[in-house]
Amino acid sequence: MKTLGLLQGPQTLGKGKPFWSAFTLVVALACAYPLFADGYDVGNNVYFFNWAFMALGLSLIWGYGGTLSFGQTAFFGVAGYTYGVISINFGDAYGLTIFALVASVAAAALLAAALGYFLFFGRISGVFLGIVTLSVTLVLERFMAQTAGPEWRVGAARLNGYNGMGGMPSLTIPWFGSDIVLFPDVQLYYFTLALLIACYLGLRILVNSRFGNVLVAIRENPQRAEMLGYDIRVYQLVTFIIGSALAGLSGVLYTSWGNYITPASMGMTAAALPIVWVAVGGRSDLTTTLIGAMLVLAGFQALTIHGSQYALVVMGALLVLTVLIAPRGLVFGLGTLVAALVNRKPKRQGE
Amino acid sequence: MAILETRALNKWFGGLHVTGGVDFALQRGEIHCLIGPNGAGKSTLFRLILGEHLPTSGQILYEGNDITKAKSFERIRRGISVKFQVPGIFKALSVRQNLQIALQHHCPPAELDGEIDRLLEFLKLTEARHQLAGNLSHGQKQWLEIGMAVGLKPRLLLLDEPTAGMTPDETAATGEMVQALNRDGVTVLAVEHDMAFVRQIAHKVTVLHFGKIFAQGTINEIVADERVAAIYLGDATHA
Repeated sequence: MKTLGLLQGPQTLGKGKPFWSAFTLVVALACAYPLFADGYDVGNNVYFFNWAFMALGLSLIWGYGGTLSFGQTAFFGVAGYTYGVISINFGDAYGLTIFALVASVAAAALLAAALGYFLFFGRISGVFLGIVTLSVTLVLERFMAQTAGPEWRVGAARLNGYNGMGGMPSLTIPWFGSDIVLFPDVQLYYFTLALLIACYLGLRILVNSRFGNVLVAIRENPQRAEMLGYDIRVYQLVTFIIGSALAGLSGVLYTSWGNYITPASMGMTAAALPIVWVAVGGRSDLTTTLIGAMLVLAGFQALTIHGSQYALVVMGALLVLTVLIAPRGLVFGLGTLVAALVNRKPKRQGE
Repeated sequence: MAILETRALNKWFGGLHVTGGVDFALQRGEIHCLIGPNGAGKSTLFRLILGEHLPTSGQILYEGNDITKAKSFERIRRGISVKFQVPGIFKALSVRQNLQIALQHHCPPAELDGEIDRLLEFLKLTEARHQLAGNLSHGQKQWLEIGMAVGLKPRLLLLDEPTAGMTPDETAATGEMVQALNRDGVTVLAVEHDMAFVRQIAHKVTVLHFGKIFAQGTINEIVADERVAAIYLGDATHA
């Protein structure tokens, strides 16, 4: 019960009846959506949901922890390729794709633990941490790009260079009678939506817990946090691992969704986009991050239909505008404005 | 009995000898002020004690244990606490949250709220508890940081110019706070320039000059020492 109380607190916007009523309404609408939308739109929404995990992870690392990681796509890619290799080799029977999902997210977390150890225990911070993480994702991209030859295979799984790895099975849940294959359709929609809601609520509890208190303290003043007796390196490392595991989860869901992954998913453009989603939404709050990521992803996709080059330029302009107009995020700015108005009302009535 | 000792403590920054073989003992229960002109090495000695710098040579003992190579957070966990010269608070968080972060590490959850309320009252910040810490007046920020340092229930409290930028009233109130803490058993080591404040609180005063201990004694002995007056007037070479 006490844990549930942490669903709202000083580190998250939105509390009380109005917020949770709105939350319930949004979840209800999301649940009802497949009843009204066609198969393409449902699958397309799953695509948006896939990226949301990476956005939430980056919000945790950057917005709450104050550490800008520019290379979350490295964990996305590592988990995606790991899922491909395991599932192509072992197939989709007996729930092995679920095992592949867990193992792939664990691989991303392991990479984050190794990289994060050297970064945080080596006291690398600020812009240098951004440079190192960006370098890691670009190195992985270049490495995977040169794996086109037939010698680059892990068992039956061809890495395939820039052509990308394909042919891996979709996530499959073992079930009595016949397995449930999570194609980009209604089943996958509900599976991903349930995961997203669970992650969002779990992260709300985490950031409002004692751990979250220390995390924002490190963001605000790392020296003071250390001088309160906290080993800030450990907190930063744990946060980095959790955030990167979420990026890994995005990678697995994306790969399973499209049965395909390419080195471009770890390239410069891919690495920059999560920064835009999270910055535009408002990195220091999970809800604004989620809303911002969905809006920017939808906008980006709509623009891409008319011309991919314009879409990237608009994304860049959006980031610059956010930094200049609302450094804490456009959605965050709107959210705090609404909260201020709601909080003012009872006072006026009382006067 | 000494709660803190430094033995032949040296710190070089390149060719600059900032701390020159300092042998210093701080007795348990004492309020001890470190004074000296700018560049005397007070802040460096402070940072060495805190573990922000590692000494080039020498030893630091806390409660008889060698902490020379201990990390800063480990020293804090052993019972040392610090208040910085520039208020080291979490500006974007509320006053209450600042104190909660300081206290939650050692305070049982059931007692946390009551402990925070007691501390807010002691700091005269009960009214401001929901304000963002960054919006407090300068003096209130200093008090909040003292509260965060005290919230750790330290046995040794380090204060780096605790009254910097305060009004005379705030300075006097801060002196009373420090004396109240001392009566509760906290040993205090303070770097301070304000001699009225030093006179108000100090049991003992150490004068640092060119990284070495230049004089030591009660405030009256130090004030009467012509050599000390000379270095504050910039004539140390003849002192």
